[in-house]
Amino acid sequence: MTSSRPSGLAPQAGWGKRLNRTLGQLVLELLVISTLNGVLFGMLLFLMASGLTVIFSMLGVLNFAHASFYMLGAFFGFQISRWFGFWPALLIAPLLAGAVGAGVERYGLRRVHKNGHVAELLFTFGLAFVIEEVVQIIWGKSPVDFRVPPLLDFPAFTIFSTNYPAYKMFMLLVSIAIFVGLLLVLKKTRIGLIVQAALTHPHMVGHLGHNVGRIFMLVFGVGTALAAVAGVIAGPALVTQSNMAGLLGPILFVVVVVGGLGSLPGAFVASLLIGLVQTFAVSMNGSLSGAFGPLSPAYEATWLADIWGVTIAQIAPIMPYLLMVLILIFRPMGLLGTRDT
Amino acid sequence: MRKVLSLTALALSVLAVSGMSAAAEDTVKIGYIDPLSGGGASVGEVGLKTFQFLADEVNAKGGIQGKKVEIVPLDNKTNPQESLIQAQKAIDAGIRFLTQGNGSAVAGALSDFVTKYNERNPGKEVLYFNYAAVDPVLTNAKCSFWHFRWDASSDIKMEALTNYMKTVPAIKNVYLINQDYSFGESVRTAARAMLAAKRPDIKIVGDEKHPLLKVTDFSPYIAKIKASGADSVITGNWGQDFELLLKAAADAGLKVNWYTYYAGGTGGPTAIKQANLDHQVFQITEGIANLDHPASQEFEKAFRAKYDVSVFYPRAVNEMRMLAAAADKAKSIDPVKVAQALEGMEVEVLDGGKGNMRKDDHQFFQPIYISSFGDRSAKEPFDEEHTGWGWKLAARIDTPATVVPTTCKMERPN
Repeated sequence: MTSSRPSGLAPQAGWGKRLNRTLGQLVLELLVISTLNGVLFGMLLFLMASGLTVIFSMLGVLNFAHASFYMLGAFFGFQISRWFGFWPALLIAPLLAGAVGAGVERYGLRRVHKNGHVAELLFTFGLAFVIEEVVQIIWGKSPVDFRVPPLLDFPAFTIFSTNYPAYKMFMLLVSIAIFVGLLLVLKKTRIGLIVQAALTHPHMVGHLGHNVGRIFMLVFGVGTALAAVAGVIAGPALVTQSNMAGLLGPILFVVVVVGGLGSLPGAFVASLLIGLVQTFAVSMNGSLSGAFGPLSPAYEATWLADIWGVTIAQIAPIMPYLLMVLILIFRPMGLLGTRDT
Repeated sequence: MRKVLSLTALALSVLAVSGMSAAAEDTVKIGYIDPLSGGGASVGEVGLKTFQFLADEVNAKGGIQGKKVEIVPLDNKTNPQESLIQAQKAIDAGIRFLTQGNGSAVAGALSDFVTKYNERNPGKEVLYFNYAAVDPVLTNAKCSFWHFRWDASSDIKMEALTNYMKTVPAIKNVYLINQDYSFGESVRTAARAMLAAKRPDIKIVGDEKHPLLKVTDFSPYIAKIKASGADSVITGNWGQDFELLLKAAADAGLKVNWYTYYAGGTGGPTAIKQANLDHQVFQITEGIANLDHPASQEFEKAFRAKYDVSVFYPRAVNEMRMLAAAADKAKSIDPVKVAQALEGMEVEVLDGGKGNMRKDDHQFFQPIYISSFGDRSAKEPFDEEHTGWGWKLAARIDTPATVVPTTCKMERPN
């Protein structure tokens, strides 16, 4: 309604123009568009994985419920934007989700922590189901109508006749801002120093007069709030539905593992890498049969034919998982990780 | 909560059956096996409401052969294995009619299970009514006397769609994008074969398969569609794969017409409205709310008034009404006699026109509608999912133009 996109279709014109272009132009177009798409997707991944990385690197807790806090953020954002508009939602929803996260740490995780990592994992695993059920009871199982705010609902620029919406640019900026902001807080401020010290030497930090429990609660709260920021921002761009956590979960762990468990710059690099790898793979139609010619008829009916005929584009979304497996084999601590726990 | 309630209802109904076998004779129970929890629950619930509404309708008219109809919900979590457990549970509780729709893998397992069960238990036969699983194999290579399908198979839908597309000269370059599993595969193969036969001048400029429900960002696919110069896209995508695909297309400003199987599914209309693709998304169904047909509009009104969702399964209406008609014709609710009465039965379908249950393969044939989603005129009273937009009729493909051949060789009981 607020969009200014013209409707109707004019296929012939586009087709004619395409034929007149040279091969070089086509390759350039493919490179530019794929790079742009890859960077945008990568930044979206980082937005979603940053909170997970913070919690893991600071607390050593692998939070299986992280994607659930992302979903909570999206639904809080949806509800608050209904009442007060998108921008207040972008502020209030993460605060709410952060408060929920802090509460979970204070009254749940802290007690469970005494029983070791396995108990923690199981706790967050169960929490994910609880959150999903609660969201279903309140908002139902169907997708909700969460829209991009009118202020950002226009194409920011057009390149090779493809629009790039302003909202995606906003997503990119927020993602970079979060990266820089977190890095500064952790490396350059007193709070960052205390937080880092509390992870490796909790008793010493405690003896120095700091409340270690509160620091942990704060970190967990910030981590979940970051997940909620991602939820509020990605909600309108993707689908806000009660199964969104389950669908997103696995890829976030890939980002964290590839980047190096607990490394913020690592997660940033890994997100970009995964975004680019996946996007470029989709644009390639090559297959083994394309490279080496068709399979000999003797093998036509075997499983080999399936592998031979599959295109790179077809397996593109599986590439990140392949990358994760390779990283775990050859560089278990991840790209920029410092420890291999 | 709802799950707890439905489980309680189930437990009570099982108790009722085992406790009072005499009372069981007075009801016709239909086991509804579909997802009521997990990812597919939003779809399964709409189906359950539809069948409960239809049971009420039949009961208000005196039931089937004087017996009340009762729908027994059984949660299969969209899982074939779980479905068989639920089917066995239903049979143990004395249920002789099963219905299911979501997922061709589930449907295949159920059809197989029911066929084997009936071979081993003559005199206690069970019928399986399929209202939504569209894999053509169910009425071809793997057809069964005990399986009846009311939804058009994906081949029939493609037959109807291509019969429409051949009359639109503006379509010149078609791109296919589908989910990489049996259903997506049958959509793309049927599309290629039928377009080549009916409109050899149409170029297939792309044929993409992507993993099922794993893609978060469709912009690279949209870039490919754009580069291909396509004017139309055919997709069998559903759920998130449909919604994200459309959003990415709208973001990039891609101008094509979308020919889809499941644009009307839960969340689909919302996504189209968000993407602002006014009358650029078409769907193939056996009926839409905005048909100029008073009987179906009345039904639509009553259904919406009760549940606040639109009638997504006109085929379920045909299924229930034909079950009642077949029982009347056979003067019995014995599954074998009902099945024999259903074979070749011709009826007036909910959305108007003649439909018939083909005897050769138990596939129901009915008029198919191509409609587009967007702004409404006075002739379209109903919107979808409170978007303000609704379905507008683009073309009606009458029953004879939807008929596809079958390879089914059915074994019949003596």
